[in-house]
Amino acid sequence: MAVSNIEVSETPLVLYALRRADDALILGHRLSEWCGHAPMLEEDMALSNIALDLIGQARELYSYAAKAEGKNNDEDTLAYLRDVRQYRNLLLVEQPNGDFAQTLVRQLFYSAFADPYWRAMMTSRDATLAAIAAKSEKESAYHLRHASEWIIRLGDGTDESHQRAQAAIDHLWAFTGEMFAVDEGERALIHAGIAVDPGTLRGRWLATLSHVVGEATLTLPQNDWMQQGGRAGRHSEHLGHLLSELQSMQRTFPGLTW
Amino acid sequence: MVTVLENSAGLRQRAWDAAASVVDPEIPVLTIADLGVLRDVTVDGDHVEVAITPTYSGCPAMNMIALEIEVALERAGFQHPKVRTVLSPAWTTDWMSEEGREKLRAYGIAPPQASNSRRALFGEQAVACPQCGSDKTELLSEFGSTSCKALWRCKTCREPFDYFKCH
Repeated sequence: MAVSNIEVSETPLVLYALRRADDALILGHRLSEWCGHAPMLEEDMALSNIALDLIGQARELYSYAAKAEGKNNDEDTLAYLRDVRQYRNLLLVEQPNGDFAQTLVRQLFYSAFADPYWRAMMTSRDATLAAIAAKSEKESAYHLRHASEWIIRLGDGTDESHQRAQAAIDHLWAFTGEMFAVDEGERALIHAGIAVDPGTLRGRWLATLSHVVGEATLTLPQNDWMQQGGRAGRHSEHLGHLLSELQSMQRTFPGLTW
Repeated sequence: MVTVLENSAGLRQRAWDAAASVVDPEIPVLTIADLGVLRDVTVDGDHVEVAITPTYSGCPAMNMIALEIEVALERAGFQHPKVRTVLSPAWTTDWMSEEGREKLRAYGIAPPQASNSRRALFGEQAVACPQCGSDKTELLSEFGSTSCKALWRCKTCREPFDYFKCH
C-alpha cells in the first residue's frame, strides 16, 4: 500500500522553521552514514555525536513548524511523509559524503554559517525560535571547532590529503551561495525581528573560512557562480535516494512506532 | 483513623524530593537535581507537574529521564504526573551543583569547567585528571562515550578518562 505524502500549509513562519529543520535533519542523516565507517573510532563517535545534535535540533524545529501550522502534522509526519519536492533544505547538506575530506569541508561550510546564525537567532522576537537557537549555538560552536581542526590537519598534512581537501572545497563551493539567499516571505520575517538576515553574516562566515583555510594552506575559489534551488524544493538527484532510506520504514509500515 | 492534611509547601517538597531522586541513566551517580536538569515542580490540587530542561538537543537520555520521573512520582503517591520540557533558559553545565561535581570526580569523570571557555576556535584548556589530580593531560577526542563527554588521557598516570565538557 502506498503511503501518501502529507500536505503542509507553508506560511512564511512554517516555511522558515521547516527550512532550518530540513537542513539539520538531512545533514544529520548524512553524518550518520559514517557510523561504523569512519577512519578511526574517535571520529566515528564524533560524527555520530554531531549527527545526534543535528537531529535533536531538527526535532525541536519540526515540532515548532507543526505547532505554527496548527494542522494535524507533527515532527514525525514532517520528516517521514514529505517527498523530495517538499523538502526545503540547502543543496549543500544533501551532497554525498564523498571521501572524508568532502564530508569535513561540507561540515566546515555549514557550521561556519550555522554558528553565527544561531547566535543571531537568540535575539529573535519569537520566543521559541530564540530558545531553540540558544541550545543550538552551544553545539554549533564545537561542531565548527571539530571541522576546523580537521581541515587544517588535512590541508597541512600529506600531498594526498591536501589535494583531496582542495578538491572538496572546489567542488562544494558552488553550493554555499544559497545559505545567504532570502525570499519575500523570509524578508518580511526579518523585518518583523523574527528571522535572521543571513546577508549580515556573510562577512563573518568568510572571515572564519579564510582563517581556517589559510592555516590549512588551502585556498578558497574565486568564482562566484552559485547553484540554488533547495529552498524552493528543487534538489539534486541525491536527496531522493537519501529520503528513500530515511523514510523506508514509515513508507513500508505506515504508522509504525517503536 | 486520623488523616493529617499536608500543607501545600510540604506536598511540593515531597514531589520535588521524589523527582530529584531520579538519576541520569548514563551517569548513575548524578541525580537530575545535581545536573541542573530539574527546573521546577508545581503542585496544584491533585496535579503535579515537573519541568525539566534538555541538556544536549539530541541527548537520548531525556526520554528515559522523563519516564523515570513519572514512575518516581507515582511511587510517591502522585496520580498522573506530568513532565514538561522547557527550552529557555538553555541548560548550561554552570548549573551543575558543587556536590554533583565532586560526585563526578569520585566516579572518574573530570567535571566541567566554567562555560566561558567553550567559544575558543582552537581550545587550549587544562583539565585535571580525576584519578591522580595531575594537570598534565591531553585531549584525545572532543567526542566521547555520550554527547556530554570528551575523551582525555593523563600523561602522568597514563589513564584515559572522560571529561564532562562545558556547555
